[in-house]
Amino acid sequence: MYPAVRYVSFGDHALTVEFGNSISPEVNRKVQAFHDVISNAKLSGVCECVPTYRSLLIMYDPTKISYEKLVSEVKSLEKMSKAGISERKARKAVVPVVYGGDFGPDITRVAQCHNLKESDVIRIHSGREYLVYMIGFIAGFPYLGELADEIATPRLESPRVRVPEGSVGIAERQTGIYPREAPGGWHIIGRTPLKLFDPSWQPPALFQSGDTVRFRPVSIDEFWRIHAAASRGSYDPFIQE
Amino acid sequence: MSIGMKLFRVIKSGFFTTVQDMGRHGFLKYGVPISGAMDDFSLQLSNMLVGNNLGDACLELTMLGPELEALHDAQIAVAGGDISVQINEQDAQMWQTLRVKTGDVVSLGKIQAGCRSYLSVRGGVNVPIVLGSRSTYVRCEIGGIQGRQLKAGDDIEGFDVLQPLGFRLSVPRDFVPDFGAEANVRVVLGPQSKSFTEKGIETFLSNPYMVTIEADRMGYRLEGPAIERGELVDTISDAILPGAVQVPASGKPIITMCDAQTTGGYPKIAAVLSSDMHTLGQAKPNNWVRFQRTTLSEAHRELVEYHDKIRIIESKLLQQRISF
Repeated sequence: MYPAVRYVSFGDHALTVEFGNSISPEVNRKVQAFHDVISNAKLSGVCECVPTYRSLLIMYDPTKISYEKLVSEVKSLEKMSKAGISERKARKAVVPVVYGGDFGPDITRVAQCHNLKESDVIRIHSGREYLVYMIGFIAGFPYLGELADEIATPRLESPRVRVPEGSVGIAERQTGIYPREAPGGWHIIGRTPLKLFDPSWQPPALFQSGDTVRFRPVSIDEFWRIHAAASRGSYDPFIQE
Repeated sequence: MSIGMKLFRVIKSGFFTTVQDMGRHGFLKYGVPISGAMDDFSLQLSNMLVGNNLGDACLELTMLGPELEALHDAQIAVAGGDISVQINEQDAQMWQTLRVKTGDVVSLGKIQAGCRSYLSVRGGVNVPIVLGSRSTYVRCEIGGIQGRQLKAGDDIEGFDVLQPLGFRLSVPRDFVPDFGAEANVRVVLGPQSKSFTEKGIETFLSNPYMVTIEADRMGYRLEGPAIERGELVDTISDAILPGAVQVPASGKPIITMCDAQTTGGYPKIAAVLSSDMHTLGQAKPNNWVRFQRTTLSEAHRELVEYHDKIRIIESKLLQQRISF
């Protein structure tokens, strides 16, 4: 975490507000809370915001608000909210996953890499709650952390040309889910039947940054039952509290 | 006539033809890129020539244009990179309103200078609006015609146009851009220029870079002198916008374009001015790009001037009213 928040100009129509120089839930929660503050303030001339690991990108229309005015307004919001940044009540989701086999071809390698059994990898991966740091890479792809050190694994030496839709991967201390088939370099340890992106939804992505996610191991039979329900739009992974 | 009437049947698709408008805004945080015309200037002029709203959806043609059969009388225009236009094998002009009749065949050739041209139709291309835009984003199969490039046999629909233009418009020669083999674009440094040495920044600003064959709507990989990075390189992924110049460990820059992914971890040495993105959108493999440093306030003045220029062209066009 930086002692003072950093303001960095990006191109001619964006401002990056940086809260730290590390990937951690603490820094990211600051980003999320500040995203809420900026969104609620509805500053005139601000177009859209993109929360990422440790920074918030604020896009503006320079014909409506000058950079200097934007920075001063954002700074005063930051000062005002500093004392009482309250953590947003995170939505909690449970994501069903079939681990290993054809759906998770790299689980063996991950296990070997750490001198573990496959069942240990499953237990560790599904044994904690993850924060959705940001959505990126491809539409609806959630970057989740932190992954336990015991199963943290570097990216594949050469990326796969095709990673199937729903694949659950790990890379370093992160885990993520492929919303659609795409090339990718993460170790694939399982697959979820959930649909993560649909342009007809409002919003179009299942997850948004700030959500929390747990993985639940399921059988192949259950995978296909949930798959059918999810395709009909009648499966809700969020926990109602 | 009804809404959703068929205007054209695609006979030949061309190299890479998609529907584009001014882009999809407001969904970057869900990982959805902006997309939209790579050369927004030519798209707007093309729309102007058929009396459309400046941001209406057009066909974006890349390198080699399509061949289309008119299924209905229509008014069209072609603006952007230099391309031959023929209607029933008769030469027709770019940068002006053209009339086609049912059964006419419109053939577009190879783009000689520049990389992309925009074919507008009076009323705009009619495809469903997805997340606020008609732009095609091929990687996620959204927008345009089934989220993909055109193929032979596709029908292109338009809108019920109550009134065709009663006159022909043409862009005055002075306003027709020149697409040379070298694109000079202005940049503002940052947001991660601190990840580079002074020498690295000097290298970036004083050398031309060549667009490689790896250049598409997502981005351009450039070839040229390696840009030296400093000891402390920032590599935590954050948001990237079109125009950002990223520098991976190789030191060879990559310019982010309209369909790029929304986050990335390469440090960004600079970003191209909004008002110069249309110039960059016309660069193709083997063209050169030169970067010229400018200040943020200069960039903002340039943006106002760019909008003014488009308005001036529009008012000049509307004064013409040349009859067909």
